[in-house]
Amino acid sequence: MNGVILAAEGGVAADFSAEPVLASVVKAVLIVVFLLTSVLFAIWFERKVVAKMQLRPGPNWHGPKGLLQSLADAMKLLLKEDVNVTRADRVVYLLAPMLSVSASLLVFAVIPFGPTVTIPFTDFSTPAQLTDFPVAVLYILAAASVGVYGIVLGGWASGSTYPLLGAVRSTAQVISYELAMGLSLVSVFIMAGSMSTSQIVNSQAQIWWFIPLAPAFVVYVISMVGETNRLPFDLPEAEGELVSGYMTEYSSMKFAWFFLAEYINMLNVSAVAVTLFLGGWRAPVPDGFLGDALNTGWLPIVWFLVKVWAVMFFFVWVRGTLLRLRYDQFMIFGWKVLIPVALGWVVVLGGVQWALTVAELPRSTFLFAALGVVVLVLLPMMFWPEKRRRPEPAEPETIDAFAGGYPVPPLPGQKLPASERFGKEVAGSDQ
Amino acid sequence: MTPDMAGMTTSGGEAFLFWVLAPLMVLAALGLLFVRRAVHAALCIVFVMVSLAIMYIASSAPFLGVVQVVVYTGAVMMLFLFVLMLVGVDASDSLTETIRGQRWIGLLLGLGLAVVLIGVVSQAAFRPGTPLTEDQVANPVGLARVLFGDYVLAMETVGVLLVTAAMGALMLTHRRRLEPKRTQRYVAEQRVKALPEGGTLTPLPAPGVYAQTNAMDVPALGPDGRPLEHSVSRVLRIRGQEKAAPASLVETGPAGEVSTVRTGTDGGEDA
Repeated sequence: MNGVILAAEGGVAADFSAEPVLASVVKAVLIVVFLLTSVLFAIWFERKVVAKMQLRPGPNWHGPKGLLQSLADAMKLLLKEDVNVTRADRVVYLLAPMLSVSASLLVFAVIPFGPTVTIPFTDFSTPAQLTDFPVAVLYILAAASVGVYGIVLGGWASGSTYPLLGAVRSTAQVISYELAMGLSLVSVFIMAGSMSTSQIVNSQAQIWWFIPLAPAFVVYVISMVGETNRLPFDLPEAEGELVSGYMTEYSSMKFAWFFLAEYINMLNVSAVAVTLFLGGWRAPVPDGFLGDALNTGWLPIVWFLVKVWAVMFFFVWVRGTLLRLRYDQFMIFGWKVLIPVALGWVVVLGGVQWALTVAELPRSTFLFAALGVVVLVLLPMMFWPEKRRRPEPAEPETIDAFAGGYPVPPLPGQKLPASERFGKEVAGSDQ
Repeated sequence: MTPDMAGMTTSGGEAFLFWVLAPLMVLAALGLLFVRRAVHAALCIVFVMVSLAIMYIASSAPFLGVVQVVVYTGAVMMLFLFVLMLVGVDASDSLTETIRGQRWIGLLLGLGLAVVLIGVVSQAAFRPGTPLTEDQVANPVGLARVLFGDYVLAMETVGVLLVTAAMGALMLTHRRRLEPKRTQRYVAEQRVKALPEGGTLTPLPAPGVYAQTNAMDVPALGPDGRPLEHSVSRVLRIRGQEKAAPASLVETGPAGEVSTVRTGTDGGEDA
């Protein structure tokens, strides 16, 4: 009953009204299986790609091309001794990794893998998505915010210094970057006119949102890396500083849970990026190409997976390329750059949408007006008095470059005397 | 089920959900009162909040439910937890009374509140809920129309008020910078300047002699085999918790000088 009411309103494109319970259960199980196998693959994928970038072979021992390496690692983790810290708060210590994993498993429930598909050899049609409702994207944010509890509680319950520091860092980081992320998603809501994932994918038939909403997409991509605690933003785990942050005191399967949650979260944010900005399951061809044959049936699932793994490749690429930021730089970047940019972009987009849809200005008028605004902003900037220059540093004192018979380098604020050979012809230089 | 019937009764699934969640919520709410540790109490509140959100969603108010989790669980409780966390794992509430007779005052006020609440609840009439009809608009859209259409002034006023409060908090905690900021360049220049006075350019050596121990309180050995005192944390040195380097590595020479005993094969493996 609720499903009918919700589907009838709020612009949810997928129709779940005739969905039997069994279909939902099967889909849920399939999603969990998909996520677990994807994580095993993702670990291998990451190690292999990073290895290629660093000119080394990477895992190549277990199975063809080392594909079974992560399976072996998982088995090892399962069989390891489960160490419980004496000073830990038992219940919370156990609860934290479970919370992390279960929150990360929630997100894929509203991600559309494809349009309505028909099960082979039957007439049964169903959307390739577990569920969808008018506030599906907000639900994703809610699941992410519950996942932070796993990190915070894990760090606190360990009763140890490094985990606590890691947890504090992580909380501050995830909360700050969630704001920027939410703001960047708002522009998609404005354009799509809905917060339902299936409707957002449908709204991208003409153009994928990452082109018209490029600034929001850039903000999202940066904040998604911050949100998942990955390099260059892996400050909560920073090995050189915090051993491994909030999971330092975890071993065996409990550690594996945190690890699993981290990789599932990578898949989550990638899937959200694909669904909201990169056309979801839509084929990378113009609308109506081949009579939409590429966008119907089971094929869209392939497009979706290809796009998700492209974003995952981007994650690994960034990890292989960039260094870790310093914590204060990272927070300043989040609060003083990302959030204002995202906020300003939402305001600009709101203005544009209002001018084009509510005020119904003709395009030419609108473009001239926009040009006028840009000129009005730029003109004062051109004639703005230049900032007062910093006072010139005092004339550097000249030092004895051979004090005590040794060559002495100048300290900051000092200057070497002019070389005696300056301007002289070097003997035999013009041979 | 006809539409008007749907308003009066709950579906079987919803009733089941309620009877599973409600007792757990009551337990968690009681837990808030009776657990010793502040973090456990916070967790109890989180549980109640999330269950409440699930109930909202079950009563076809998904927007309310999701916002409950995002705002209250994700932001407000997280801030609480953030502060509590720094208190440490072993801290529990002290039960000494700071105000004389506060228990009795609290009990009296609680009784008063209970009387008021019971009075209000017993007077309230519960009209049967009516489900949304086809022509009513969806959850977020309808809410947005009410908030930003009918009550836009109140909404903006509250927004300005909150921003003012945040600005006030910032102003109160803001400290004027009295000295120039220590930038990375400044620190590097200071290090170079301190070189003639015996400073070092590089970070201090890490403690621990890695072949035999990796403890924080054992000094590292320099290239000449002498223990490096400044490799151990200053705090440990002041507290006197520093240990000596492993005796097997350091030996006092005949002149009272410390030198390293070279034991084992020293790079002679290849030969």
